[in-house]
Amino acid sequence: MTLSEVRPGSVVMVRKVGGEGPTMRRIMDMGITKGCAVTIRKVAPLGDPIEVTVRGYELTLRKSDASNIVVDAE
Amino acid sequence: MAHTIALAGNPNSGKTSLFNELTGSTQYVGNWPGVTVEKKEGHLKHDKRYLIVDLPGIYSLSPYTLEEVVTRDYLLDGRPDLIIDVVDSTNLERNLYLTTQLIETGIPVVIALNMMDITEKRGDVIDVLALSHSLGCPVVPTSAVTRDGLKELVRVALQMIEKAQSVAKTATFSKPVEYALGKIGAFLEGSVPPETLRWYAIKLFERDGKVLARLNLGETRLQEIETIILQVESETDDASEGLVTNDRYEYLSAITMRTHRQAKKKGNLSASDRIDRVVTNRWLALPLFFLLMWGIYYIAIQSVGDLFIGWIEWLFVDLIGANVALGLSMIGTSPWLTGLVVDGIIAGVGSVLTFVPQMMILFFFLSLMEDCGYMARVAFIMDRIFRKFGLSGKSFIPMLIGTGCSVPAIMASRTIENQRDRRMTVMLTPFIPCGAKLPVFALLVGAFFPNSAWIASSMYLVGIIAVILSGIVLKKTKAFAGDPAPFVMELPAYHMPRMKGVFIHMWERGKQFIKKAGTIIAVASAAIWILQSTSWSFQLVETQQSILASLGRLIAPLFVPLGFGTWEVAVATITGLLAKETIVATFGIVLGLGNVAEGDPNLLASIGTFFTPVSAYAFMVFTLFAAPCAAAIGATRREMQSARWTWAAILFQTGIAYAAALLVYQIGSLIF
Repeated sequence: MTLSEVRPGSVVMVRKVGGEGPTMRRIMDMGITKGCAVTIRKVAPLGDPIEVTVRGYELTLRKSDASNIVVDAE
Repeated sequence: MAHTIALAGNPNSGKTSLFNELTGSTQYVGNWPGVTVEKKEGHLKHDKRYLIVDLPGIYSLSPYTLEEVVTRDYLLDGRPDLIIDVVDSTNLERNLYLTTQLIETGIPVVIALNMMDITEKRGDVIDVLALSHSLGCPVVPTSAVTRDGLKELVRVALQMIEKAQSVAKTATFSKPVEYALGKIGAFLEGSVPPETLRWYAIKLFERDGKVLARLNLGETRLQEIETIILQVESETDDASEGLVTNDRYEYLSAITMRTHRQAKKKGNLSASDRIDRVVTNRWLALPLFFLLMWGIYYIAIQSVGDLFIGWIEWLFVDLIGANVALGLSMIGTSPWLTGLVVDGIIAGVGSVLTFVPQMMILFFFLSLMEDCGYMARVAFIMDRIFRKFGLSGKSFIPMLIGTGCSVPAIMASRTIENQRDRRMTVMLTPFIPCGAKLPVFALLVGAFFPNSAWIASSMYLVGIIAVILSGIVLKKTKAFAGDPAPFVMELPAYHMPRMKGVFIHMWERGKQFIKKAGTIIAVASAAIWILQSTSWSFQLVETQQSILASLGRLIAPLFVPLGFGTWEVAVATITGLLAKETIVATFGIVLGLGNVAEGDPNLLASIGTFFTPVSAYAFMVFTLFAAPCAAAIGATRREMQSARWTWAAILFQTGIAYAAALLVYQIGSLIF
């Protein structure tokens, strides 16, 4: 399952951050790393991007980038 | 001896407020060499020996964003004496992520544990001593808002500069990574300063292209390093860059676990969450956003701003202009010099400065939106639409402001972080019909389409279509191509904006523009006045015999395919460069009617000699797209930070104008 498929309100555990280059690095720099918990908060009014809580703060990312993040349901 | 203190930290960490508090009013705003990233410097309040450099707000020292690269280069080449790292205590773990990287540069670090007032209010407890012990550098709890801890911060910082040595502990990574770093470090010994050894080792392990290029290690060394990296990667089944990031956060988790105790959540949502439930609500978000935008637009452009415009016009024309004219004639100045000073320079600068109040009000609201955290939500709400045209979610704001005036609109693009998105926005914003173009439309609609009010409104549609099509096309060109910038953005918690910061922000932006009006625009106004009022032998003449008229005759043939190839119209396009509303006045002058307004019946009757309905519409389209006024070009130059990009924008806009007007006239002539 990837982060883009998770329903708002659920909490997941990050298994792997895929993708490459700037986007992958940026996602990890912002604290989405292997083994950390991510709460999916909501989807933007027009269906994209999504808002998540990670390491105690709110982060937004596009679904296309979220689909590179493999997660497990917690 | 002078010392330099660099102020580093995440965006939204309160770094700017802290900078304002530490430097007082001694700030100097410039740009980092060669890039559009803002550089702020200022002396420490009451002690001129210490220069404080405000680094861009960043999350990491990766090689991928302009701001991060600027910061890295400055830290490695500029070697400031000390880094004050501003850490948002309400968001400890992610903020310390940058801290660990700053420590690796080998420069002494003092941590300002900022926003402590909010942390305390939440009931969270941070063991400052234990944190300081874990990181090996002084930690001073501060609050830039209440000014708590600032004196102590300065005291500790100056003490650290005396010591002139970093004692901080660098992050420890997992065994395989440490093994590789040890090996790579051994290769580097002697070729980099010892205090930066670990920094370079980590960057090489991450395969950081920028650092590789800088070190020039030689083929064999690189091969050996690559072998080590590959070995670790196959052992751990992870990319080296990801390994370092993962380990860094693991290291920090362990530290924050020991030092940070969060209060039990009281079950109900925080204030910020409650605001967000409404503001980014599925159904309410867009209506609220448009309502807010309309409100700001109404206040800045329509009501209050408009009031000020009248006032400034009065100030420059009736007060300064008239009195200077009187004064000059009293001391016996020749009429041409009076004309140059009063009608040329004062009127020209005045017409540009009329936009200052609108701009200041807009900047006030923009700063407010940025400061309280709403701007990030704007990007969140609008991203979906705008990224389709290669623009950013935040491009909506410049475009909206552009309906009032392109100058503040172009300057509002500052809030767009990504350079490519920003350039594109600056280039396309003038396509939205601004207030100064409306009199031109009104004149031509009044003369040729008196019963079709929709013709004027159609200009907005044409402008929006042009923005969308240009965005889609430009995105495919080399300059704007490439991977889309990652849109991974923090949504900072809402907080009450600080008026002082908002006003400083507003004034900084406005000041730049006023300076420009006083210099370049004054010269341009004088030049156009001279061209319009003198002949080649520098005799004062009517516009018809002026240099400008002969230039008009020279370029008029260019406009024949567009349907308006007379010298009078050509002259109007040139004076339109100064300010678009001047086009109407120019028509009045060349028709011998004097300085008349767009509703003048004589003007409406005589303008028919220049246009047919089709060519009038073509001219409206041309005016809509062609290179904006001098003030907007000046703003473009400022935001692009590059003469090449400015010229590219002007040529692009004028090219589109020509092509669109050509299409309108040629196709229109076939149909009607």
